[in-house]
Amino acid sequence: MTEETVAISGAMTVKLARGVRLRRDDIRGQTVLLAPELAMALDDIAIKIVEALDGKRDLDTIIHDFATEFGAPREQIATDVLAFIRELANRRLLQVL
Amino acid sequence: MGIEGSAVKQSIAKLSSVAPPPMALLAELTHRCPLACPYCSNPLELTGIKEELSTEEWIRVFQEAAAMGVLHLHLSGGEPASRRDLLELTAAGSAAGLYTNLITSGVGLTEKRLMDLADAGLDHVQLSLQGTNPASADRVGGYKGGYDRKMAVTAWVKASGVPLTVNAVCHKQNMDQLDDMLDLAVKLGARRIEIATVQFHGWAEKNRGALMPTREQVLKANDTVLAARKRLEGILVIDYVPADHHSSYPKACMGGWGRIGLNVTPSGKVLPCHAAETIPSLVFDNIREKSLSDIWYNGSAFNAYRGDDWMPELCRSCDRKAIDFGGCRCQAMALAGDANATDPVCIRSPLRDTLTKQADRDGAAIPGEFVYRGR
Repeated sequence: MTEETVAISGAMTVKLARGVRLRRDDIRGQTVLLAPELAMALDDIAIKIVEALDGKRDLDTIIHDFATEFGAPREQIATDVLAFIRELANRRLLQVL
Repeated sequence: MGIEGSAVKQSIAKLSSVAPPPMALLAELTHRCPLACPYCSNPLELTGIKEELSTEEWIRVFQEAAAMGVLHLHLSGGEPASRRDLLELTAAGSAAGLYTNLITSGVGLTEKRLMDLADAGLDHVQLSLQGTNPASADRVGGYKGGYDRKMAVTAWVKASGVPLTVNAVCHKQNMDQLDDMLDLAVKLGARRIEIATVQFHGWAEKNRGALMPTREQVLKANDTVLAARKRLEGILVIDYVPADHHSSYPKACMGGWGRIGLNVTPSGKVLPCHAAETIPSLVFDNIREKSLSDIWYNGSAFNAYRGDDWMPELCRSCDRKAIDFGGCRCQAMALAGDANATDPVCIRSPLRDTLTKQADRDGAAIPGEFVYRGR
C-alpha cells in the first residue's frame, strides 16, 4: 500500500480509502459517496463502478467484466471507468493496493 | 456520468424559500478550549459547562439529524476533546449513520483516545495548525507546547488510518508562508488542507490591525493556491476561502441561509450559522424545547433569510443572488447595522468604498500584541 498517488492505469488495484464510503440516502432517494467535506450523489453507473472496487480485481479486470456484463465495447468502458477513477484519485478518495 | 454534484437544485429567477433537508450538522459540543486564538469564531459571550447539553441530549440531536437527512456530523467546539463523553458521542453519531468529523486543536487528545475514536467509527479528523513551527504556532494559539502536541496527534491519526485535514487560518502574519504550510500538510500525510482567510467577525474584530492582510498579500496567496492545486493534484486537496474584504462579490455564506447546514450550540440553541446570534432581531429555538426538524423547517430564525423576499431590491433584482444568496447576513449586521442590507463586500453596495478603505488601513497597520481570546 502507498499513500503517494500515482497515475491511474488498468493494472492497478484500488479501493475506497478509509473515511470514504458509499451510503444510501433514503431521504433524497439517492446514493451518495461520503468523504471529508464531500457528499457526492452518484448515478447508477458510478455506483456500479464504486461497488466493483473490491480491492481484489485490478481495473483491467473490472473493465473486462463490465464489457462482458453489458455487451459494450471494451474501449468505451475503459475510458469511462478510468476517467471516473482518476477523478476519485484526484480527490484523494482511493487507496492504491 | 459519475458525479451529479449537489442534490439541491436552485432556480435562477426566483430563489425558493422552501427548505431542502439539511446536509450537515455542526455540533458545538462545548465552548471550553485550551487555546486562545485571536480570531476565535465562537461568540463573544461563551456558554459555561453547566449549561452544556448532556450526553443523552446530544445523542438525541444526532439521531434526529440523521432521520432528517443530515449526512455529515461535525464535532466541534471550542475544543470537542474537552468533553469527557467525546467517545460516546462519536460512537452515537456513527451508529446513527452519520459521517463523523472531529474538528480539533489536538490538545486534549491522547494516543489511546484517538485510537478509541477511530475504533468507534470516527471518519475524519480536522486538525487546526496555527503556524508551521513551534514559536509562531504557539504564539498565535496562545498555548505553549501546542505545536508539539499537534505533531504528535498527526502521527496517531496517520497510524489509525483516519483521513486527516489540516485547517489553517491565514492572516497578515502568516499569509506569506502559505507554501510552508502546504509542504507541512503533505509531510504530515494530510489528504486535504483548508486554508481560510480570517473572517472579521467576533473576536477577530478586536485584532483587525494585527490580522488584516494587505491587498498584495491576498493576490499573492491566491496565486500560491492556484499553483499548488496544479502541483499537488492527487496528493493534497486544497480548499481555499479567499479574503472576503478583498473580493468583489460576497461569499455564498453557509451555501445559503438555512439551505445546507445547521449549527447546535453547547446549550442546545439551533442556529443557521455559528455567528447568527450577532443579529439581535432573531429568536433561536432550543432542542430542549422543540424537535430539530420543527426548528429547521418552521423556526423563525431559519426562515428569516430563506428565498429572496427579505432582500433589498438591489439584491432581489441581481442575477448573482443564485450564486451568493445575498452574501453574509452577520456581516451586513456588523458593517451596515442592518442584517437585511446588501452585504457590504459587494461592489454594488453603497458601503463598499468605506469597507475597502478600512481594510487597506488595517492591512497597512503594524501588528501589535494580539488581544487573546479569554486572556
